[in-house]
Amino acid sequence: MNAAVTDTSKAPKTSKDWDMAAIAPFVALALLLVLGYFANPNFVSLANLTNVITRSAFIAIIALGATYVISSGGLDLSVGSMVAFVASLMIMFMNSGAIADPMMMLVAGMLVALALGAACGLANGLITTVGKIEPFIATLGTMGIYRGLTTWLSQGGSITLRDRELQQLYRPVYFGDVFGVPIPIIVIFVTAALAAFVLYRTRYGRHLIAVGSNEEVARYSGISVQRVRTIAYVVQGLCVAVAVLIYVPRLGSTSATTGILWELQAITAVVVGGTALRGGVGRIWGTVCGAFILEIVGNIMLLSNFVSEYLIGAIQGAIIIIAMLVQRTLMRK
Amino acid sequence: MIAASNSSAVPLLDARGLSKTFGIVEVLKDISLTVRPGEVHAIIGENGAGKSTLMKILAGNHQPTRGELLIDGQPMSFSGPVDAEKHGIVLVHQEILLAPDLTVAQNIYLGRELGKGLTVDDRTMNEGAAKAIRDLGADIDPNAIVSRLSIAQRQLVQIARVLLVPHRVVIFDEPTASLTPHETEALLKVITDIRAKGVGVLYISHRLPEVKEIADRVTVLRDGRLVASHETTELEPADMARLMVGRDVAKLYPDRHAAEARETVLEVEGFDVPGYARDAAFALRKGEILGFAGLIGAGRTELMEGLVGLRTAKGNVRFNGRPVHFTDVHSSLKAGVAYLSEDRKGKGLLLTKDLRVNLTLASLGKFIRGLQIDRKREGEALDKAIRDFDIRTGTKEILAGQLSGGNQQKLLLAKMMLLDPQVVIIDEPTRGIDIGNKEQIYKFIASLAAEGRSIIVVSSEMPELIGICDRILVMRGGRIVGEVQGEHMTENEIVQLATGVNAGSGEAA
Repeated sequence: MNAAVTDTSKAPKTSKDWDMAAIAPFVALALLLVLGYFANPNFVSLANLTNVITRSAFIAIIALGATYVISSGGLDLSVGSMVAFVASLMIMFMNSGAIADPMMMLVAGMLVALALGAACGLANGLITTVGKIEPFIATLGTMGIYRGLTTWLSQGGSITLRDRELQQLYRPVYFGDVFGVPIPIIVIFVTAALAAFVLYRTRYGRHLIAVGSNEEVARYSGISVQRVRTIAYVVQGLCVAVAVLIYVPRLGSTSATTGILWELQAITAVVVGGTALRGGVGRIWGTVCGAFILEIVGNIMLLSNFVSEYLIGAIQGAIIIIAMLVQRTLMRK
Repeated sequence: MIAASNSSAVPLLDARGLSKTFGIVEVLKDISLTVRPGEVHAIIGENGAGKSTLMKILAGNHQPTRGELLIDGQPMSFSGPVDAEKHGIVLVHQEILLAPDLTVAQNIYLGRELGKGLTVDDRTMNEGAAKAIRDLGADIDPNAIVSRLSIAQRQLVQIARVLLVPHRVVIFDEPTASLTPHETEALLKVITDIRAKGVGVLYISHRLPEVKEIADRVTVLRDGRLVASHETTELEPADMARLMVGRDVAKLYPDRHAAEARETVLEVEGFDVPGYARDAAFALRKGEILGFAGLIGAGRTELMEGLVGLRTAKGNVRFNGRPVHFTDVHSSLKAGVAYLSEDRKGKGLLLTKDLRVNLTLASLGKFIRGLQIDRKREGEALDKAIRDFDIRTGTKEILAGQLSGGNQQKLLLAKMMLLDPQVVIIDEPTRGIDIGNKEQIYKFIASLAAEGRSIIVVSSEMPELIGICDRILVMRGGRIVGEVQGEHMTENEIVQLATGVNAGSGEAA
């Protein structure tokens, strides 16, 4: 067989083409900003942009975890339900009054949320790796489980943080700022920086990309594919927990509808950001950019009156399809 | 070129000055050839010579960058393989392209099902398929599920499928690569039959005796150029080899001194890989090159994969005198046993990643500083690997998939040697590799052994095993059935052991 030739024709992924795919989301973001300006000049005001980015924090942070799972060749549909489940349990824990001191209680509550997120992720990971069930089905199952448990915990209603003092103490985590930069924005960038470091600089990150790129090559190279994948789901769970940490102080309550369709938005952000859905390529900053794009599209729709804001779900659905088409064209060149 | 054209017959297919460029790489340059009715025209050349690309152009899979194609003297440009088929040009692919879960008949008629209205007419299709298979002199149940067939049977189904299209030129792309001698013979008969019907055949192969047997004319490609075109009667296989390589091939294998009896490094006893290998027992000495011969499917690869923990297996393995049982590659690599897969592209290298990432993938632990991967040291390791293993690449930024087969193998070898293994198991070390790189890889293998490492070479190329190994074990049907060494290392003895057919002299000890 003509080895060299088939490869260049089948896998024309030279470094230049990849760069195109990497730049694309940032170009799209820039175009959107220009478009937003023409739709409504108020759009580019610092206040509005800060606001928009702050609101994108939940999806951005969850999508960082999704970048891990997807680049390892997996998929996690349960993240939206997981947000509701983890947030509900966190509030219930803080309502339990187990710890008297509000500050200690808040710290403990946060740790509980992180532990729960990691545990939910671990469950997803073990079901797909040890249980050898397709990630799509496995996380579709846990999506139902986490959602159902939340509905049951809240008995169909809502779960609200009751302690006033605790509410006041917790509020700044979403509404506060440091030198004018809202805390959620700081959390986005710190989490992304950490995620980028681990993915691009560490042995685990390299193994993750290898597993997503070609599971067999990874196995034949002595990498434990199951362990690498499972950890990716745990990272996803932790990211969900971090998103919960800034979500709870925003409303102080959860319900059975918390986080509905967030998995769609998170996966869209990842794909818009240039991460390959078949695994092997992870783009952390692209994902952050993708999350911004999603929120900005919604914001422009709101400000412009061109399109009904009720169509936002449809638009987001369309974006993921367009992003896939663009990605494929860029890669095919 | 040299072949005087028979002016009475207009060639069925006439390619003039075909060139093909992928990106900046020119893989074919100015190729002209004809196919006349009722002739078998063989295209030979080393891997990477451009044979497959040429065939893909003729069959409409690729467009030539320059040059033209004439069918019955009429200029023609194919929009795709379907278009080429309409003009009667069909290609039998080297790889098996069948839907494994469908039946033989369903595969043969896939995409051109017979039927009335919305329903398919299975009975007619089964009859048609049965006839198509009978015409090939084979006996396969049209209702059999393809995944249950042997590779040779699948190859025949594939040929039956192709020949169902009204055809005038049939292109065979290395059809015998995975066939046993017996099956090859049957296939050559099929080709002779097709030729007798006035069909033109283009036959690609690098099995030269086969070419000598079947072809009327031979065209030799080297590095994308046509170097010679002759009547087959004018060429002997040795001439063909010389033309393919561009020089004498006598000195392909390195000189080696037979290893003196040194201590045993790896001792295997009663080793089973369920479904593939049974009761394997052998010993590997320090500095030795041990060959594993056998037909495809004899269980050689599976035995090795079982040994290094890639498959579930049981049995006694002693490594440096201590009992070991590897359950994954991590543990076998750590102990110092490295396995290089025969499937370089699927299991050896990350084709879409660069050379640096590939090189250090199995030994990343050695490149960690603090929490981070030390990219500078990785870069230095790559420079060293490129030097030591003579990896030919214009730029280090290239992706592994863009290297030629030979350079991929060198990269894979470099990757595993970073772990400094004591035992190196190389499966099909030169499959898909051109002769220049082959020679180098044999040299590397010999020098690894000279350094005191122990090497196991699994190969289907008997000359290669005979050329570089100290001893050869032969497997058949999952069992080690014999060992040859010294003057008994001949193709004849190995084939007898591998097939279980005793065609002459006695068995080797």
